[in-house]
Amino acid sequence: MFDLSGKCALVTGASGGIGAEIARALHARGAVVGLSGTREAPLRELAAELGERAHVLPCDLSDPEAVEALPKAAIEAMGALDILVNNAGITRDTLFMRLKDEDWQAVIDVNLTAAMRLCRGAVRGMIKARWGRIVNITSVVGTTGNPGQANYCAAKAGLVGLSKSLAQEVAARGITVNCVAPGFIATAMTDKLTDEQKAGILGAVPVGAMGTPADIAAAVVYLASSEAGYVTGATLHVNGGMAMV
Amino acid sequence: MSDIADRVKKIVVEHLGVEEDKVIESASFIDDLGADSLDTVELVMAFEEEFGIEIPDDAAETIQTFGDAVKFIQEAA
Repeated sequence: MFDLSGKCALVTGASGGIGAEIARALHARGAVVGLSGTREAPLRELAAELGERAHVLPCDLSDPEAVEALPKAAIEAMGALDILVNNAGITRDTLFMRLKDEDWQAVIDVNLTAAMRLCRGAVRGMIKARWGRIVNITSVVGTTGNPGQANYCAAKAGLVGLSKSLAQEVAARGITVNCVAPGFIATAMTDKLTDEQKAGILGAVPVGAMGTPADIAAAVVYLASSEAGYVTGATLHVNGGMAMV
Repeated sequence: MSDIADRVKKIVVEHLGVEEDKVIESASFIDDLGADSLDTVELVMAFEEEFGIEIPDDAAETIQTFGDAVKFIQEAA
């Protein structure tokens, strides 16, 4: 089950903890992977670790022209683009009263608009191929909201709406569009939290532990597989039970 | 029938899975040939590829029938 041999997958944010693990998991199932991210060095390291079937495709998602060019570059490098994982995301957290236009725009540009452009660039080839998988990484806070993250939550909720609409348009062409919504996942981002903050977070997670990037990667592998062909427009929450939605 | 019309017809027949004799000049892709709105976008993409032309979105919207497509491509190619 979940064999991805012969499939070509583009993962954005592959230089980060979750993105790298998603790329590893897709690769382990046989996929060719395109590793995208802003910082080239970690992408090269990951490509070296994976060996064959890994391509480095640096891209600054805040640059619209670079984003438009990425799907084409991915197809050139890999030969096709069967699976798109929009994982990259940034935060500009601040209380809403202090939210500046640029904090809002930067987060919307990268987390929502770049994902839209990549979906648009990828879906054409998927329609022709009559097969495609798009997995957008959202967040539990896109559903629940979170103080200090109005911009981030708006972008993530927007991505869910985009995914559901696109899912309906392309469902009859063998293409599924789904979201994976992580809860608290142990990454470089959460390492910065104090022990007190971590204890507060874990008190709200029934499983009693933070999730790992591998928990997210497993959900992505499932949604990218042929076996998940009847699942579309869905959001798979991977959050240890912290929000049962 | 012109070469262009033949090539357009071939694309329409293959893509929509309809009988060749149903693809007449006045045949509407959606009303007569069973296309959905995404099929019409795909047909335009296929025409672009076959004839090496670019069909802008506002022009694509005016291509409703087989005859419309042939006429547009004859003018553009």
